[in-house]
Amino acid sequence: MAKTRSWRWSLPALLLAGQAHATGIQFNMTPGVTDISQQVYALHMTIFWICCAIGLVVFTAMFVSIILHRKSRGVTPATFHESTKVEIIWTAIPVLILIVMAIPATRVLIAMEDTSDSDVTVLITGSQWRWHYEYLDYDIDYFSILATPRGQVEGRLPKGDNYLLEVDRPLVIPTGKKVRFLMTSDDVIHSWWVPAFAIKKDTNPGFINEAWTQVNEPGIYRGQCAELCGMDHGFMPIVVIAKEPDDFAKWVEQEEARIAAIREEEQRLLALRMNIEEQMVLGERVYLAHCAACHQPNGTGLPPMFPALKDNYVTTQDRAEHIKVMVDGRPGTSMASFARQLSLRELTSVITYTRNAWGNDTGDVVQAVEVYEYMQGKGE
Amino acid sequence: MSTVTTADHHDEHHDHKPTGIKRWLFTTNHKDIGSLYLIFALAMFFLGGAMAMVIRLELFQPGLQFVDPQFFNQMTTMHGLIMVFGAVMPAFTGLANWMIPMMIGAPDMALPRMNNWSFWILPFAFLILIISMFLPGGGPDFGWTFYAPLSTTYSNDSTALFVFAVHIMGISSIMGAINVIVTIVNMRAPGMTWMKLPLFVWTWLITAFLLIMVMPVLAGVVTMVLTDKYFATSFFDAAGGGDPVLFQHIFWFFGHPEVYIMILPAFGIVSAIVPTFARKKLFGYASMVYATASIAILSFLVWAHHMFTTGMPVFATLFFMYTTMLIAVPTGVKVFNWVATMWRGAMTFEVPMMFALAFIVLFTIGGLSGVMLAITPADFQYHDTYFVVAHFHYVLVSGAVFSIVAAVYYWLPKWTGHMYDEKLGQLHFWCSLISVNLLFFPMHFVGLAGMPRRIPDYALQFADFNAFVSVGGFLFGLSQLIFLWVVIKCARGGEKAPAKPWEGAEGLEWEVPSPAPYHTFDTPPQVK
Amino acid sequence: MNAKHSTLIGKLSLLVVAMFAFGYALVPLYDVFCDITGINGKTASEPVSAEAAIIDTSREITIEFIARPNQQMPWIFRPEVRRMRVHPGEIHIMNYLAENPTGRAIVGQAVPSVSPGQAALFFHKIECFCFTQQYLAGGNDMLMPLQFYVDPALPAQFSTITLSYTLYDVTSQWQDSGQDTATEFGE
Repeated sequence: MAKTRSWRWSLPALLLAGQAHATGIQFNMTPGVTDISQQVYALHMTIFWICCAIGLVVFTAMFVSIILHRKSRGVTPATFHESTKVEIIWTAIPVLILIVMAIPATRVLIAMEDTSDSDVTVLITGSQWRWHYEYLDYDIDYFSILATPRGQVEGRLPKGDNYLLEVDRPLVIPTGKKVRFLMTSDDVIHSWWVPAFAIKKDTNPGFINEAWTQVNEPGIYRGQCAELCGMDHGFMPIVVIAKEPDDFAKWVEQEEARIAAIREEEQRLLALRMNIEEQMVLGERVYLAHCAACHQPNGTGLPPMFPALKDNYVTTQDRAEHIKVMVDGRPGTSMASFARQLSLRELTSVITYTRNAWGNDTGDVVQAVEVYEYMQGKGE
Repeated sequence: MSTVTTADHHDEHHDHKPTGIKRWLFTTNHKDIGSLYLIFALAMFFLGGAMAMVIRLELFQPGLQFVDPQFFNQMTTMHGLIMVFGAVMPAFTGLANWMIPMMIGAPDMALPRMNNWSFWILPFAFLILIISMFLPGGGPDFGWTFYAPLSTTYSNDSTALFVFAVHIMGISSIMGAINVIVTIVNMRAPGMTWMKLPLFVWTWLITAFLLIMVMPVLAGVVTMVLTDKYFATSFFDAAGGGDPVLFQHIFWFFGHPEVYIMILPAFGIVSAIVPTFARKKLFGYASMVYATASIAILSFLVWAHHMFTTGMPVFATLFFMYTTMLIAVPTGVKVFNWVATMWRGAMTFEVPMMFALAFIVLFTIGGLSGVMLAITPADFQYHDTYFVVAHFHYVLVSGAVFSIVAAVYYWLPKWTGHMYDEKLGQLHFWCSLISVNLLFFPMHFVGLAGMPRRIPDYALQFADFNAFVSVGGFLFGLSQLIFLWVVIKCARGGEKAPAKPWEGAEGLEWEVPSPAPYHTFDTPPQVK
Repeated sequence: MNAKHSTLIGKLSLLVVAMFAFGYALVPLYDVFCDITGINGKTASEPVSAEAAIIDTSREITIEFIARPNQQMPWIFRPEVRRMRVHPGEIHIMNYLAENPTGRAIVGQAVPSVSPGQAALFFHKIECFCFTQQYLAGGNDMLMPLQFYVDPALPAQFSTITLSYTLYDVTSQWQDSGQDTATEFGE
């Protein structure tokens, strides 16, 4: 037995040599960190054991029959072939078992539908392929995107412990408080799933869905988009940090200050001129995070859905159109507006970067004021 | 079940048929068309399987190694479409074509010309689907469930071809279903009363009604996708007053009965094989018929259990949870009846029986995970994870596909006139059984641990299971090559098969010689 | 083909046609079903008359206003306040600010959604900018009013109603049909 075990687990380890990490193998659903998730887990285990018991009874009968009632043992087959009594029994017993299952299931489901007032409300908006969090009670909103470097995905860098489950800006919520999530989408259907909270809810474009949680323990909880939403469906993780209420209040303060600072800086930026080196460094970072998934790191795109930016008319010639597409998006395509997703500084830099990278070499240095003027409607 | 009193066939005397390619292109013979369907299904099974191999290759390790995410999505989409519409459904139609006329004592299908068309449009449908993959921008990549608006506003231009292909498949299925119903209703031999029909015929009759009821709804929903994408309608577009969730309601109104379309004929096959090799009559024939009918009726009332996470109100969720749980009852009755059939029989374990027994065990596992999925609060955790993938592959691969394989082994002597190679068959069985479980069982764990489905790359904690699953997948794929070899070998020669190669078999198909002559039952047999 | 077959084929074909039609009929049926049950949280697309309802002062409902331009809609679009406490039966006006910062005229359509879905049945709009498409010339802004009341029959379990508007750019519908948006909207 010991021998088989070591073989079983060493085989994949061998196959994955070089990237096997000390993450324990999880066989079962997480009990999670909320009262609801623990109820869901208990329900899951109850149903699981009932199903195992049913399976055991059926398979035992079957295998006893296979062992005893075989022709090679010289048995003569019986001739019975119907019994209304038996049929009624094995219709009635499953019905009873199902009722036994339905009662706790109904109870948990109704407990999940708690519509009482919440302490914090977050509007979650899914879009291809990032999450946007907006705190309705505070002046805070930001995008949350995959933070795993592409090098790790492509195998050029060793994979980190939270490979594909890490984001640049996690959602932060307080522990012990009721947090309500409103969910919607900007494009296709996504599904916001954090197993530790037992929340999985679709975000439907144009419609709003609701879910809530009350996390008992501070910690970092990770999840993923659960509904196929296009090319990078596998690359839009969710990270939630639950903090004690005091720490949460501190975070809110910091975050509000940070966002105010960005706005202030934007005003300052309008007067300032950034040099090309500075813009290329920032622009590349923004490009790899926001653009490279579709347009590819080397700007070749995936035509015709995602056009090449290298040697593209817009990115090498039509500067005004370039700014317009970045600010407004291209209606009817996957090209979204980045006006709200990126800061003015990021927006400017990524345009400059695109106009000078991969041999585009226009030498153009776009300045914040130019983009700002377009956004204010003065550009035309 | 039924016996023939007059055995005066003159079949051998007019066993003439056209030769060459024309025979196959213009044939109206139910046996030829049955063979065409089965060969086509086998080809599609290997094509869809090759796509599954691509998927498993990419998922063997974390990271992107072989394909890009967009191609990966095309693979999952095409794998689903090809396996559902190209492999499982045509295979069952092929079996229906071959066996139903022989089982009910009819000379052919009722509508032989339509039979020819309904087969021959099928290869074109799949040709269109496969060609769409070579268009700039690639083929369909929105999953076989093609949820709007991913399949409308956000899809590539192959969508038009996808819609066209689905329409053709739908027309083919509907024509096939009409043919089956007319044949069973009108062409039964004298004395072949309803409650004497073999269960395979019964399950197919009910399946055919399901097909007629839901394939037009599928045609409707793909048409709506087409007009939403190209003709500015807004069925599913919120901006124009539509609702993307409406798509899911219409799709699953088709989609749920569709999964029963893929399993009811399997019940019929197992109900034929188990009594044969247990040498004992099927237990509870009548209750089997009623259970099949109630599953079919209930299948129209459960569709929204695929949509628990879309944000339905509690009362609707509860309704669909209860109806879904209820389906377990007639399904359970079937399993219990099969076990009771085996009980105190005199069993032997030829390859068809082995596959049928594996079917009962593995389908039951899939059925039990189905009960777990019906429990809505738990489904919030299972939904769209590998737990679901495990569930429906247990039901469809070790369920539907195993039953088709069992049927092929069971009736191959009748079709070819030769016994298949029992040793190779057993090898195929054991390789398939072990690898199918290596392939799909760990998916339960990886799903419970939190791995979403339809992702080309995954977090490191899922790596060990995925490597395991991929190895299982490659082994399962290779095992099916044994099957191909057995079938080819049997078609080309082998030990001569008697009219009734299985000691315990009953039914009209065993009254005609093996191989079954080109024309059978020109004079209807008298069934007592 | 004999007559017995033809009759049966006829009936079955009729069933096929009927089921295809049923697929389409599911669209209005779904709307009707949603209007009755509030299954998808859509509010009525027609105004209700301002019936002098009884004001239920015994309880207060929190109305939460969410306004989002879709990501391809460049307007700035927000409610004047985020939350409002109302008594069921009271008629209130809520203004939404819309600003078109671009240099071109844009036609917008707001799509409402209410959560929890069933509460949509008890949220009545006397007047709403979402009933019609809205036009804004480049660089202009406007206030868009919503006049509403909460039905006093709202079940006690609902204490918060969230009303969300997603604003879509539907200018292309007008451009596609060759009409000039400025004249259509009387500018």
